[in-house]
Amino acid sequence: MGSLKAIGAESAGEQGSLGFLATRTDWLINWGRKNSLWPMPLGLSCCGIELMAMFGPKFDLARFGAEAARFTPRQCDLLIVAGTLTWKMAQAARTIYDQMPDPKWVIAMGVCSSSGGMYDSYAVVQGVDSILPVDVYVPGCPPRPDAMIDAILKLQKKIEREDPLGRLIGTAGPMRSEAGSGELQFQPNFGRKRTALDKHAHDPKSRLPIEDPSPRRGGGKS
Amino acid sequence: MSAAGTAPRWAAALEGLPHEISAEQDGPCVRVALADLREALKRLRDRAGFAMCTFVTCIDGYPKEPRFELCHQLLSLEHNDRVRVRCTLPGDSAPTCSDLWPGAVWMERECFDMFGLRFEGHPDLRRLLMPDGYEHFPLRRDFPHHGIEPDRLYREWDRKRREHWTQTP
Amino acid sequence: MTTTQVFEYAPSPERIPGDDPLHGELMTLNMGPQHPATHGVLRLIVTLDGEQVVKCDPMVGFLHRGKEKSCETLGWHKFFPHTDRLDYVQPLMNNIGYALAVEKLAGIDVPERAKVARVLLMELSRIMAHLIYIGTLGIDLGAVTIFFYSFRQREELYKIVDAYTGHRMNNTYVRIGGLYADVDEGVEAMVREFLEQFPSALEEIDKLLTRNRIWNDRNRGIGVLSAQDAIARSLTGPVLRASGVDWDLRRKQPYSGYETYEFEVPLGSTGDCYDRYLVRMEEMRQSAKIARQALDRLATVKGDVLIEDRRYVLPPKDLVHTSMEELIFQFKVVTDMRIPRGQAYHAIESSKGELGFFVASDGSSKPLRCHIRAPGLMNIQSLPSLAEDRLFSDMVSLIGSLDFVMGEVDR
Repeated sequence: MGSLKAIGAESAGEQGSLGFLATRTDWLINWGRKNSLWPMPLGLSCCGIELMAMFGPKFDLARFGAEAARFTPRQCDLLIVAGTLTWKMAQAARTIYDQMPDPKWVIAMGVCSSSGGMYDSYAVVQGVDSILPVDVYVPGCPPRPDAMIDAILKLQKKIEREDPLGRLIGTAGPMRSEAGSGELQFQPNFGRKRTALDKHAHDPKSRLPIEDPSPRRGGGKS
Repeated sequence: MSAAGTAPRWAAALEGLPHEISAEQDGPCVRVALADLREALKRLRDRAGFAMCTFVTCIDGYPKEPRFELCHQLLSLEHNDRVRVRCTLPGDSAPTCSDLWPGAVWMERECFDMFGLRFEGHPDLRRLLMPDGYEHFPLRRDFPHHGIEPDRLYREWDRKRREHWTQTP
Repeated sequence: MTTTQVFEYAPSPERIPGDDPLHGELMTLNMGPQHPATHGVLRLIVTLDGEQVVKCDPMVGFLHRGKEKSCETLGWHKFFPHTDRLDYVQPLMNNIGYALAVEKLAGIDVPERAKVARVLLMELSRIMAHLIYIGTLGIDLGAVTIFFYSFRQREELYKIVDAYTGHRMNNTYVRIGGLYADVDEGVEAMVREFLEQFPSALEEIDKLLTRNRIWNDRNRGIGVLSAQDAIARSLTGPVLRASGVDWDLRRKQPYSGYETYEFEVPLGSTGDCYDRYLVRMEEMRQSAKIARQALDRLATVKGDVLIEDRRYVLPPKDLVHTSMEELIFQFKVVTDMRIPRGQAYHAIESSKGELGFFVASDGSSKPLRCHIRAPGLMNIQSLPSLAEDRLFSDMVSLIGSLDFVMGEVDR
């Protein structure tokens, strides 16, 4: 466990002599981080409008400490991908993620960034987790600002559980791909050999040839 | 707009050019051959008062050959009417109308990007919506809806980045 | 990221002032695609001579989602959610535009009550869109309060459409042949309440901005567009009207009963950013006027809001579950709805200009072509010529005042 607690236990040589202090320090660091998230709004499309409404007067996000929405990634720690990510924009999105300093978290707002949404077309990234590691997925098209605030609260709970100095000391497990390593979290499956699971209901050309020779189901031709 | 049977107001401007007026659901359209297209558009702008070009687009009729039908939709503000000029392209190139209406520069770029139509005389024919270096023309009917390797350019960029980081200076 | 490079057309040595520290070198600056003031994902490659813009090259397409292709694949009905997300600040307006175009192609007409309700929804959408314009332009130029004031009003509108359609944005409430469901008295009361307090809210914004010294300095005389230029560049909407051209599709080529409503069309005189601001503010007032008339009319015009044409409209669900014919009609409309061969183009006056849908059918069950004529694309196209020889900070005023939404520009 990458935390002061573990170091305290090792260096003191007995169970938990620094344990209480280390746990409180972990808690303090996490408390500070979760209550002062600085969001980087990557407002790409319609979810961007609901993101603006979330920062607006009715669903004020500033109450949860996330007021400082700086538009430069160098000063932010929470990337909110709000809207549809296209492959043309993917380079910019990945660059923005890489420019953010650690520790950083990502919320995929809306179904377009979570999974491609209703756009299963040639230009849309089928989920921003093809190129970035995501912490919280928020469904909705667009999700209500209430749902987004719920997501921020869930993220805060996730941050509470983290080991804050893990990356620094190097004892944290492989929870996420290293920032800046350029490793894709999940390899997208486009252009590769299509499997039976790639059948798409709307596109007749994407159907695989039907093996069943009965005349009702196409008689063996595609 | 004219009653059925009588020629529309702008038909006089196209005198001398072989053209065919048909009635569609939104009013009369005129069909011209590719060789007369530019002259027809010029005359409609200068003599019939169609000062604004609303859109320039293409309909792909694949697998029917010839496949591309170029449509120019024009609007006349002073006479308050519209016309659509249709032209079946034998190949995939057409003369540009961007010098007649500067607003058509991007419309023709989009046609090039989506269908692969080349406009002769266009000042700046490059891709508009798809990334530079994209090899396909998405709105053609033989292009699959899911695309062909949509992440190819991204993977190339990513690979170059990682190579750059792992290089020793 | 900034680089310096010397261009071929950099001023010749005689023209460079002797004390110019840059010696005539120009700087290329990349603005976007992620930038708070570009209103979405727009990339501008700006060449600067000090603080003055020499050349500006917009790159669009970062939100190109393949909507026109999606229409060909999905079908006429299933495309409605995609139209919402075109100009996503006024979803119902896009829905209605698409429905009108397909209805024109199919040759069907909607009931009277549906027309009135559509006019009401369109005008509320116009108010929504102009509020975004004023909110984002305000916050870009530094007037942060305006953002909160306009979003407060937008929240009131969201409450109305939430109660009516079930969702705040991207409602998809329009169908070919009318609307999904009728407007009931609760919603009517909410609209009335909103329209009661809206003029005073607009007054507040007006008092803060119209005679404000900073607002005037940043908007007057910037981006002057002459009428001939605007027409040649295919600009429509408030941008065209601010240049003095009296062209409003609601007046000139009315649809959905607009010829029976009383409203004025505001025109500008100089065609600069300040005129565009005044035109849009007045349009909001006129939209409130039309909405009030539509609301009063809803009390007298009764009837269905969806026609009963079994070729294009889903039958009522209780009949589908009990009667064989309705079940077959439902099946046919969902899987194999055919519109006769033909082409149609229908344009509506959206908040950004002429939003048109060019639909073509070849008689088969899938659309042949659906081209979306987006006004925002033309607005961005004219940005380079308006920004040339102006200061770089005017770029922000210009982008805001041309008011485009990347959802419809890129489709």
